[in-house]
Amino acid sequence: MVVATNQTILVVGGGISGLTAALEAAECGKDVILIEKNPSLGGRISQLYKYFPKLCHPSCGLEINLRRLKGNRNVRVMTLTEVAAVSGDTGNYTVTLKRSPRYVNDNCTACGECGQAVEAEFPDEFHYGMKTRKGAYLPFNMAYPQRYVLDPRIISSDDADKAKAACPMHAIDLDMQEETLELSIGAIIWATGWRPYDANKIQPYGYDRFPNVITNVEFERMLDPFGPTGGKILRPSDGKEAKDIAFIQCAGSRDENHLKHCSRICCMASLKQATYVREQYGDEGKSSIYYIDIRAIDRIDNFFAKVKADETVSFIKSKVASITEDKATGNPVLHGVNVEGYHRYSNPHELVVLAIGMEPSVPKDEFPVEVVMDDNGFVLADDSNGAIFAAGCTADALDVNRAVQNATASALRAIQVINRVAASEAASGAEG
Amino acid sequence: MSDMSNAVVEKYHNDFLKEVEAHVEDGEWVKMCMQCGVCAGSCPLGDHWAHPPQELFMMIRAGKREEVLTSDSMWMCTSCYNCIVRCPRGLPITHIMHGLAHYAHRLGLAPEKQPTRVFAKLFWDNITKNGRANELKMGLSLYFKDGFGNGIKEAMKNRPLGQAMMKAKRLNPMEFFGGHGVKDKSGLHAMLAKAREIEDAKLEQGK
Repeated sequence: MVVATNQTILVVGGGISGLTAALEAAECGKDVILIEKNPSLGGRISQLYKYFPKLCHPSCGLEINLRRLKGNRNVRVMTLTEVAAVSGDTGNYTVTLKRSPRYVNDNCTACGECGQAVEAEFPDEFHYGMKTRKGAYLPFNMAYPQRYVLDPRIISSDDADKAKAACPMHAIDLDMQEETLELSIGAIIWATGWRPYDANKIQPYGYDRFPNVITNVEFERMLDPFGPTGGKILRPSDGKEAKDIAFIQCAGSRDENHLKHCSRICCMASLKQATYVREQYGDEGKSSIYYIDIRAIDRIDNFFAKVKADETVSFIKSKVASITEDKATGNPVLHGVNVEGYHRYSNPHELVVLAIGMEPSVPKDEFPVEVVMDDNGFVLADDSNGAIFAAGCTADALDVNRAVQNATASALRAIQVINRVAASEAASGAEG
Repeated sequence: MSDMSNAVVEKYHNDFLKEVEAHVEDGEWVKMCMQCGVCAGSCPLGDHWAHPPQELFMMIRAGKREEVLTSDSMWMCTSCYNCIVRCPRGLPITHIMHGLAHYAHRLGLAPEKQPTRVFAKLFWDNITKNGRANELKMGLSLYFKDGFGNGIKEAMKNRPLGQAMMKAKRLNPMEFFGGHGVKDKSGLHAMLAKAREIEDAKLEQGK
């Protein structure tokens, strides 16, 4: 049973922006429903190894936010839930939610017996498919809620029965069905975030053809000690350690053929990842960053200066024209012209990391409610949006720091709406 | 033509970018270049260019008028369109290269012996004479472009090809005596003369 009124704030998306917006509003005493499409909160930040520029671990910040969440009675979290429809207007929305079955109830203690019993394996979304996971699984170590989930693809197979039989807590309920809920909502904060641009679309870079061309989000997973390579930088083609690594900036961003906008995070992400190479190999590692211009602004300019001072990191001012593969070594070979001096190059590297850009998670034409967007599908702040406020990467391509600021601002806007609703109801109540 | 060139320099006070924007086909795109170098890297003939496209664009912005217009670089473009396809800013680079080449030619600054230019001139003269391409004369004038002796040598070398084409009725030897053409040749010539007059007037006015 979910109770909501027109003084309830709905937050769509449980990544860092949605978590922040939900907690800020809830800590101001507002009723909040936080929904998340995936089986766990956390979003993209849980898939990062470190944050720039402080190089601290995102799990730390996530833990703080989860603690805030657990200690607050005003937030109701619903995972595996999506918005199906929205109608109404400011202070008086009717939102239809679709809740997919988890097939595991709250008896689950995350003991993992079901995961061991199940045989079917699927590409692990958390690791961008770089490894597989079982059909009964915990999304990742810090998943919230700490409950297993059954992949819908194993339902009505032997595996489902095996999982049920293995569970000592009787937590597996194979009869769970999809539910549709209709809620009365006062304001909506949209925090559905971003997804990496599809690297297969950048034909000259051969992401689809060359195993040793990977994306920056995949590189991030490699560094995770619990990740697909156990924290080592290994080449997908032969599993050998890669010490000579090229980073290609603006892979898909600032490009009329792909994403027109600057994704803002990729320069800093590559600088950060160059520090991973040093961390792993010391003076033996080599990072080459191919760039158009490095966009490290404000306080993060210091970080750029620090990385630039590292002799193992070199910067080549050039948008790489194409990549070929040296068949004998499996090395990708980068072709282009260094515009500082106009030198033509064909540089082999052991591994190439595409600094892929970010695009909104929800495609422009699939947004369930009419809102004003820019050409790239980011939701603009516009009066005609009513009380639907974008937070974080729904609003723009932002780093975590700015996404959190943006989310806090959107929470404040939603709180203002709720206060107006409350004031007018109190007034009409007094008259009556 | 060099008077015309001086007139344009006077008009723009050496602001070569504005001159290119005004007179070169698609020249208004030049300022959009962000110097990423993907065009140069994508050019299959890139090794043979003294100045690849993005360098030409930078030279235009730097006011290097003489170096740009006398360069043979833009004449090297074979219209493969690799650069246009990959340019992140959507610049019509191939068209700008042809625009620059044409502009340099009109001002009489283009390198005299540049083979692409020689061919283009021969072809223009050939096709505007009768309004139809005279393939026999086109071939012959190409053979003889480097002098009489060289022309005989080239013609002998290509004789089997010519004979085979004649046999297949792809080449008519009678074209040597004038050749076929459009009905109203003088009308065509008047049109071309008028078009040239309009273009030259534009250049003089600096519009």
